[in-house]
Amino acid sequence: MGAHSSDHPPGLSLPNGAPAVLAEVNPVIIPRRELVEHHRDFKWITDKICGIVEAKTPTWWWWCFGVAAFIASFTVAGLVYLVSTGVGVWGHANPVNWAWDIVNFVFWIGIGHAGTLISAILCLLRQKWRTSINRAAEAMTIFAVVCAAIFPVFHVGRIWFAVFPGYLFPFPNSNGIWQNFRSPLEWDVFAVSTYGTVSVLFWYVGLIPDLGTMRDRFTQAGNIVKARIYGFFAMGWRGSNRHWSNYEMAYLILAGVATPLVLSVHTIVSFDFAVSLIPGWHTTIFPPYFVAGAIFSGFGMVLTLMLPLRAIYRLEDLITQYHIDCMCKITLATGTMVGYAYSMEFFIAWYGANPYEGFAFINRAFGHYAWAYWIMIGCNVITPQFFWFRSVRENTTLVWILSIFVNVGMWFERFVIIVTSLARDFLPSSWGYYSPSIVEIFTFFGTFGVFSFLFLLFIRFVPIMPMSEVKAVIPAADPHGGAHH
Amino acid sequence: MSQKYGIIAAFDTVPDVYHACEQVRDAGYSRWDTITSFPIHGLDAAMGMPRSKVPRFSLAGGITGFCTGMGFIAWLGWYEYPLVVGGKPMFSPMFAFPVSYELTILFTAFATIFGMFFLNKLPMHYHPVLKAPQFVRAMDDRFYIVIETADPKFNATETRALLQRAGGKDIVEIEQ
Repeated sequence: MGAHSSDHPPGLSLPNGAPAVLAEVNPVIIPRRELVEHHRDFKWITDKICGIVEAKTPTWWWWCFGVAAFIASFTVAGLVYLVSTGVGVWGHANPVNWAWDIVNFVFWIGIGHAGTLISAILCLLRQKWRTSINRAAEAMTIFAVVCAAIFPVFHVGRIWFAVFPGYLFPFPNSNGIWQNFRSPLEWDVFAVSTYGTVSVLFWYVGLIPDLGTMRDRFTQAGNIVKARIYGFFAMGWRGSNRHWSNYEMAYLILAGVATPLVLSVHTIVSFDFAVSLIPGWHTTIFPPYFVAGAIFSGFGMVLTLMLPLRAIYRLEDLITQYHIDCMCKITLATGTMVGYAYSMEFFIAWYGANPYEGFAFINRAFGHYAWAYWIMIGCNVITPQFFWFRSVRENTTLVWILSIFVNVGMWFERFVIIVTSLARDFLPSSWGYYSPSIVEIFTFFGTFGVFSFLFLLFIRFVPIMPMSEVKAVIPAADPHGGAHH
Repeated sequence: MSQKYGIIAAFDTVPDVYHACEQVRDAGYSRWDTITSFPIHGLDAAMGMPRSKVPRFSLAGGITGFCTGMGFIAWLGWYEYPLVVGGKPMFSPMFAFPVSYELTILFTAFATIFGMFFLNKLPMHYHPVLKAPQFVRAMDDRFYIVIETADPKFNATETRALLQRAGGKDIVEIEQ
């Protein structure tokens, strides 16, 4: 913003005599939004976040935990019945051989993507607002991957063969047959298991300094058992700057590898479809379209989880309106990208002049599954457009309701893509209609319980925000007292 | 065990500890450390520390992962289980790429984390600094500088005077 040349051509002036070209420009200094409101200090942040774990278990938590455990039992029941009877208890059959199992798998994996986006991509982009939500979002990622993994592991029926000798993992099975590494399904095994593992590692590394704080607070409070447990996982962290130097480098590299990882996971998930020849699946737009959809659905879930958490624990100073605005805007951007992908699919189906491809898309919108298609369009294309308005973004109840619509819409997106294409492929002789069985419905319904069960345990026993990162973004953490350098 | 581990000084604000670090660095100390509950931007330079060596571990891990993926799939296709599927070659780096890519990331992540633990000598659950009574506030809202007695420049009176000049408070010696 240096001074402009003062020898501007004479005569260039406004009617009131002021020069049209200024000799010098003083840019307006726009104050940055505060990431922690009310000038909270280090002590307040520590007490607030540790206090949640240290306080007596609230009554609402027990109620929610009981309900979550009850809902989770539906998954357990569904899976026990599946394993003891056989995969035929699920409703899919020729021609729809892939149905709710892979719909649910893609749905849950997609939800996980926002956690990695917040923790890794926003870290690389130096978006400091990520700090107060990244811990919970990463926890969400891990629990979503757990829910997703249930489906591919159990769809093999005899789950004791899923890992070793593996149907999924590369160990030769009892007939000496190895996996086909030319198949995207095998790539998917590697993508998802790497994603789950790296997410856990990333989350744990972020936790270490905070576990050290918990250890010291429990030691001081005289609770030796808890001090030992948190201390064990804190690895003897002592806040040494010589450690921080390596730690920050490791964290940056993890963010650097998690970024291409998260983009690759949903890309490979989309290859499961795109590499096939089924009309409606065999499209090159799938990888970016799936990644945008995954981030869209993930932010929907982050909002669904964080807004109640913010209200219950009075975290308004840490998850400010600015944070909610940012999340809503990302939801809007990715939702609009998804809407663009829907229309582009239609355009290419027409432009490609392939009658099967064209039929697949007309059939999606106006065929037997049109109800699912229009739910998808309503939830994914129309819902996020409300986030253009500040008044909507500032109404947390409304944002929460819209986030639920996003979650519903993204489940239907996967349903539409997978089921409509299989139910109406090339030959009318192999057409069919798919409805889920009660076992599938139980299993999927229960995964929400599994997810909530794990998330409730997380908010009870783990600091829900990375204290060390939140402290580092408040003005008092600046060694130069706020002077930019 | 009468030998002391070192001397510790407390600081209340980030600029205080930052400028104190610059003074300790300029005084030529080498075996000393700063204890903070969060990473302070620019403190590595204020302490005169070199760049972290973690990336070397990451690079080694990444190369190992990529070669593992490519090597495994080539071994499988060419020797262990040669099977023609769809008339495609027994091995091609094209179809082996996604798996190798994921393994690159997986091995990099493990190498980075274990490299970080190795360089930091963690887990180390017992350390003289952890036993110091004032440590409880270190992971909360206060900042400390510790200078070890093992430092060649350590001198009980001069080091204490340096920390005092730098603005250190509650300066005490800590046990081994």
